[in-house]
Amino acid sequence: MQNGSKFEKLLNFGKFVVTAELGPPKSADLSIIRRHGECLKGYVDAINVTDNQTAVVRASSLACAVELKSMGLEPIVQVTCRDRNRIALQSDMLGAVGLGIHNILCLSGDHEKFGNEPGAKGVYDLDSIQLLGVASGMKEGRLCGGDKLDGPADIFLGAVENPFADPLNYRILRLRKKVEAGARFIQTQCVFDIELFEKWMEGIRKLGLHERTKILAGLTPVKSARAACYMKEKVPGIVIPDKIIERVARAKDQKEEGINICVETIERLREIEGIAGIHIMAIAWEGVVPTLVERAGLM
Amino acid sequence: MIIVEGKPLPEIVSMLAPFRRVFVLGCGTCATVCLAGGEKEAREMAEALLLYRQQQGEPLEVKVAVVERQCERELLDSTRREIEEADAVLSLSCGIGVQCLNSYYPQKVALPAINTKFLGYPERLGVWQENCRACGDCLLDYTLGICPITRCAKSLQNGPCGGSKEGKCEISAEVPCAWQQIIERWEKHGTERFPEIRPPRDWSAGAAGGPKTVVKGDVAFAERE
Ligand code: SF4
Ligand code: SF4
Repeated sequence: MQNGSKFEKLLNFGKFVVTAELGPPKSADLSIIRRHGECLKGYVDAINVTDNQTAVVRASSLACAVELKSMGLEPIVQVTCRDRNRIALQSDMLGAVGLGIHNILCLSGDHEKFGNEPGAKGVYDLDSIQLLGVASGMKEGRLCGGDKLDGPADIFLGAVENPFADPLNYRILRLRKKVEAGARFIQTQCVFDIELFEKWMEGIRKLGLHERTKILAGLTPVKSARAACYMKEKVPGIVIPDKIIERVARAKDQKEEGINICVETIERLREIEGIAGIHIMAIAWEGVVPTLVERAGLM
Repeated sequence: MIIVEGKPLPEIVSMLAPFRRVFVLGCGTCATVCLAGGEKEAREMAEALLLYRQQQGEPLEVKVAVVERQCERELLDSTRREIEEADAVLSLSCGIGVQCLNSYYPQKVALPAINTKFLGYPERLGVWQENCRACGDCLLDYTLGICPITRCAKSLQNGPCGGSKEGKCEISAEVPCAWQQIIERWEKHGTERFPEIRPPRDWSAGAAGGPKTVVKGDVAFAERE
């Protein structure tokens, strides 16, 4: 089947890819997306646009992805199960593909409790694995309820996984479910505990999952020890070993140390068999992405 | 059972403002177990209303009773006279009791003194826990007795989200992660159903898809005859 995703082609070509994450603005002014997009140009292979991340209302992922696309960048639209039922999700995915955006990342979404509309009714009509299955059906021209589409939707389907969440020994099996449901690329939660990540990858290789899906290791550079502590305590799913926080705290230039740690982590990640690339999540510090990419020698 | 909780008194006082003769009706089943609508609470409610009206210098006549269940017509009949004599019934039952009263006594208004919270059971003294969302297609056989629709904050059906940590849910350190519990149940009973992919659910069996009726054919037919 012909596929419109440039990102997919790069992965299939065997390039060690770099993706970065952009958060849409909390306003109708999308110029910041264009600014950030401009600064990432030439440094990344694709750009994730978050979908009301941490349940905070923002401009839509799809609208911002269209902006990036018009600048010649390769967007990855994120869709969460929190805010839309299967009717809206399928409709949005069709619209995205129609606008030339083929990369779609399916997530459950952070719980609405964390955001600025804690009284919202969480939808969760589908879970992320079911959404992947539904999107896979759409690739074959089939809707969730069994009705036929007038034409198949050319989607390059991705998912996330958190190797550091509990119960740890089920994380690999959960990834396998996602792969079986149709995830062709995976972006992981940010890696701070590289030993634990290496162990997880060992399990992934044992099941041969790295051959059925492309695994991108997530990274977040920390700006300061305080920011790291905040993330560790407040952001669901993030695990930061104390030794990393201590290392940043001890440094003269904490920002610089955060970048150093990230670059070292990238170097170690590149040696792991089965890692197809990295995914940088530097929300509110987007400007650091080119530095990281240059220093890690990825461009 | 249906778990309920009393409304704040100012809200009740304000909804009763137009009425002079009020019949405070407790409910002897769920609302009693929830310590929100039993005999004791009904009496205390009546006293509080009287006191309030006295302070305002406005008249109020109150009667109090408790029926075994307000959600069954036959059981309401024991207080028919009090209901008919009152201007309004203040119901200390779940929303079902309130609707049942209004439907069987349409010439009266029955008002809720209670908020209906959820379906669950008392977990320990003074703590009630939500257990069921009445999805209409029970899957407790799959999870060995833990409802992921209700107990997982995202109603996930295919395993834990990435926010599960040390047995707790991402929404609060006070809330256990249902998926951790389900996995522990499976491990305990040696049934490993994790690899199964559960397909999208038909939510129209439960809360979605419009108001529902259950009809037991033979019985309903006999009744009509
Ligand atoms: S699966 Fe459905 S019926 Fe069974 S306990 Fe959960 S919500 Fe209730
Ligand atoms: S942490 Fe567990 S209970 Fe909470 S939303 Fe995730 S899977 Fe569900």
